[in-house]
Amino acid sequence: MNIKTINAPLNDQDVLSLKAGDNVLVNGVVYTARDAAHKKLVALIDSGAPLPIELKGQIIYYVGPTPAKPGQVIGSAGPTTSGRMDAYTPKMLEHGMKACIGKGLRSQAVIEALQKYKGVYLAAVGGAGALLSKKIKKCEVVAYPELGAEAIHRLEVEEFPATVINDAYGNDLYSEGARSYAR
Amino acid sequence: MRELSVSVITDTVAGMCEEANIYLGDDVSTALKQSLEVEESPTGKEVLKQLIDNLEIAKNEQIPICQDTGFAVFFVEIGQDVHLTGGTLEEAINAGVKKGYTDGYLRKSIVKDPLYDRKNTGDNTPAVIYTDLVPGDKVKIAFAPKGGGSENMSAVKMLKPADGEEGLIDFVVNHVKAAGPNPCPPIVVGVGIGGTFDKVAVNSKKALFRPVGQPNPDQKYAGLEKKILDKINDLGVGPQGFGGRVFALAVHIETYPSHIASMAAAVNINCHACRHLEKTI
Repeated sequence: MNIKTINAPLNDQDVLSLKAGDNVLVNGVVYTARDAAHKKLVALIDSGAPLPIELKGQIIYYVGPTPAKPGQVIGSAGPTTSGRMDAYTPKMLEHGMKACIGKGLRSQAVIEALQKYKGVYLAAVGGAGALLSKKIKKCEVVAYPELGAEAIHRLEVEEFPATVINDAYGNDLYSEGARSYAR
Repeated sequence: MRELSVSVITDTVAGMCEEANIYLGDDVSTALKQSLEVEESPTGKEVLKQLIDNLEIAKNEQIPICQDTGFAVFFVEIGQDVHLTGGTLEEAINAGVKKGYTDGYLRKSIVKDPLYDRKNTGDNTPAVIYTDLVPGDKVKIAFAPKGGGSENMSAVKMLKPADGEEGLIDFVVNHVKAAGPNPCPPIVVGVGIGGTFDKVAVNSKKALFRPVGQPNPDQKYAGLEKKILDKINDLGVGPQGFGGRVFALAVHIETYPSHIASMAAAVNINCHACRHLEKTI
């Protein structure tokens, strides 16, 4: 199987080289955010206030890890359902986010915004939280510590495996994949 | 009358919370390994391999299989000849959940008020607890940490008796198809048929506590489970929804007698981390 490597942060060229169905390994810094953090970030964008993280070129990972045991970098850390972030994602893309990692279906508005702002939606394997935690080499909370597992964490990842679901060309692996194997 | 201190229940529950979240049962891990032989899609195979590796890593590193360590759901059978001492069953179970989720570094995923402030209770309580009184002097505790992603993809429908087998199959298959990749396939599909609106939902949950792949004892329903499973897998959704042969590992049906006017049906979906554990005290 052909596997591409991508290094965060991403530029337009990186995004445009990816097609739905590609398997990728992600290296570099990614930031975590779930529903509660998205709500806060988008409220700041709307009010014109500065954000606690730079969004330009960034990859956002939808995850709420389990607490790390002493000596561990992070606990179990697989993706959560992306659809809950749909309401916020177009605005995040408009403000520079280049990719998000989660699992599950996205809205038509998100799929269109990925094309408009040259972004890409990746899925990691849902429920492989133990395996994915081993790809995370560093973890620190950088914003909203009061949100606990939902705080924004800065992660350094190495060879973090993901699959391109929605590319910047409007392709969708979820519909194409099922069509290929339906009988 | 046998006397049983509820502290024994608390300790048992605490241990079960940690065990169920770190070690997946042999039933599910065997089903995952078997599905690797059936899967045709290269990406689907890769997903299944990651899931099998994930189980080993969780075991070796002593960390949860999945970061969503769930809502703590219990079905408890209490022998009528047991006298619980030292507190209530509910308090004892919740104390066990608090201990297990705290000591085990499990994620606390429960908020107290569902609508307004949604503040985390901080210890994963309260649990969801169903009790049955049964003959004997034992207490049987069945526990499942139920993930939110798959739980969100569940439904109840009050079908008409005239809808028959075909209507039931359409409801289940179309519902699972719409859920697609969201509940982390390969999934286990719990189906309740019959009873009231509430009873059918509980039965669809209870179906997820059955060892994966163990058929309904009634041949007719065992046949229906197989028929629905084949239809679901023919959708081509595959592991994680990336396309492939294995969308579901099993369909489990639990039934209850029905009112003459009704045919209630419920679908409760579980992800591949179909965690469930049973202990008898």
